[in-house]
Amino acid sequence: MMTDFLERFFKNKMAVAGSIVVILLFAVSLLAPWIAPYDPSTIDLKHVLAPPSFGHPLGTDQLGRDVLSRMIWGARISLKVGFVATGIAMLIGTILGAASGYYGRWVDATIMRFVDIMLCFPTFFLILAVIAILEPSIWNIMIVIGLTGWMGITRLVRADFISLKERDFVSAARVIGASDFRIIFVHILPNAMASVLVATTLGIAGAILTESALSFLGIGVQPPIPSWGNILTAGKDNIDIAWWLSLYPGLAILITVLGYNLLGEGIRDSLDPRLR
Amino acid sequence: MLQYIFKRLIFMLPLLIGITIICFTVMHLAPGSPTDLQTQMNPRVSAEAKERLRTMYELDKPLHQQYWSWVKKLAVLDLGKSFSSDHRPVADKILERLPITILLNILSMLLILLIAIPIGILSAVHQDSPFDKITSVFVFVGFAIPTFWLALLLMIFFGVNLSWLPISGIRSLNYEYLPAGAAFWDLIKHLILPVLLSAFGGLAGLSRYMRSNMLEVIRQDYIMTARAKGLSERVVIYKHALRNALLPVITILGLSIPGLIGGSVIFETIFAIPGMGQLFYMSVMARDYPVVMGILFIGAALTLLGNLIADVSYAVADPRIRVS
Repeated sequence: MMTDFLERFFKNKMAVAGSIVVILLFAVSLLAPWIAPYDPSTIDLKHVLAPPSFGHPLGTDQLGRDVLSRMIWGARISLKVGFVATGIAMLIGTILGAASGYYGRWVDATIMRFVDIMLCFPTFFLILAVIAILEPSIWNIMIVIGLTGWMGITRLVRADFISLKERDFVSAARVIGASDFRIIFVHILPNAMASVLVATTLGIAGAILTESALSFLGIGVQPPIPSWGNILTAGKDNIDIAWWLSLYPGLAILITVLGYNLLGEGIRDSLDPRLR
Repeated sequence: MLQYIFKRLIFMLPLLIGITIICFTVMHLAPGSPTDLQTQMNPRVSAEAKERLRTMYELDKPLHQQYWSWVKKLAVLDLGKSFSSDHRPVADKILERLPITILLNILSMLLILLIAIPIGILSAVHQDSPFDKITSVFVFVGFAIPTFWLALLLMIFFGVNLSWLPISGIRSLNYEYLPAGAAFWDLIKHLILPVLLSAFGGLAGLSRYMRSNMLEVIRQDYIMTARAKGLSERVVIYKHALRNALLPVITILGLSIPGLIGGSVIFETIFAIPGMGQLFYMSVMARDYPVVMGILFIGAALTLLGNLIADVSYAVADPRIRVS
């Protein structure tokens, strides 16, 4: 089973490309202090808005800070936001979806209505409203993105639970007297993890996009902490003189999100070739 | 049909109640009370005035009573007064900015339909052709590209380098002095980039969806029957298959409404368009809670309305839905 999966996965060029991107991002984030050529927050007023050159490969920003170094440190931020936010969404989604699918009846009806209600809100509106009240900070953003992104995972897990709970191995577990808790977490959940894993990988991509949009609007990661989104804000402010501030961070977001999406779809296709 | 609409309305009622509860909860996440914000910065506000404000917002009452009186006001669209210096009613502020946001969203939805459906059909009919492969790449990039970044790039290219298109607002400064035709063209020029960009996000999703719908329909027995009867490929695809593949698109359009409305915050802010999204952004920055909560509610209510319209149109288009 596992070897089948790996064989299919490594035959899929897109999936391999996606995993290389993701691995590179991890490496860059981990090694940020050693590979960044400059300190990301050292202000150098003699070299303000300098175009890309040998000394500053991606130019400098409005305070003379090295853009490449800020982007390398920014990779850390987007990785952190992506994982924590999606982790929260996954936790909520898995628990609610499992309860909904396993218990059915009024538990299911209540949770599904709650999902319907949450889906009525334009997610971006809900995030902004909460941020307006709680102060923008990296922790608040991760929590809010997570709290507004669990609905899809809930539906997936619920669907898996509904079909899995009728299977013989679940009846067998019940016959030998396993508790609901044990059946849900030990017997059914491991079998539903495949779709959760795929949804989580795609969710990380979404969370990174949302964080960059929020930071771009000035309501996300706050300067001087570098994030790809807030470098783009400087790009917009200097749109007619400093194109490099607009080009490179966006490219980094695009490649990152593309990487996670390819990885997610690759995992999905390799888990079940019939789904293609 | 009427019975179906009635059933949908009944189904929506708990959702609407849920929406009000979530809005109310978000409002009370604030540490301290909303009145602190109006008063703590102002040394001239006495303790007595604070108390008056508290009574005005009924913050001295228990939560369920606060909720109840808030909902009663909501029912007559009384969303309270803005905290900003003009102290205007929130409903007025939102209503005057709603038309431009709705116009932008309708235009971009039309654009999405016009481009995504032909792309979806063609790539399904010619599966694995070069066209299909190129659009697949486009779809993947389309899903991953941050649209606000694309907006920046297009602004640099068309606005700054080529100076073909204006990059902010919806009217030029000399708008009032232009003859009718030129004024209309001026408005169009201002709308091109925002509409194009807000459509871009939906394009990838809908064309992919249309493609898989079409692929599924083409494999059905009745398509084989149509071919067996000797109908031309054209009639089979565009008459028999297309109609059935188009049906679910109605639902997808309904589902895409919250995304479009949410996206209006980004586009209206980038392009300085005076719509509801920009008002929302400015109110968030200024901590104008009544406006923020008003728009949060209106945004959700618009989504609900859009879904109702989608459900009803689906039932009109497909009799099977009405019966079951």
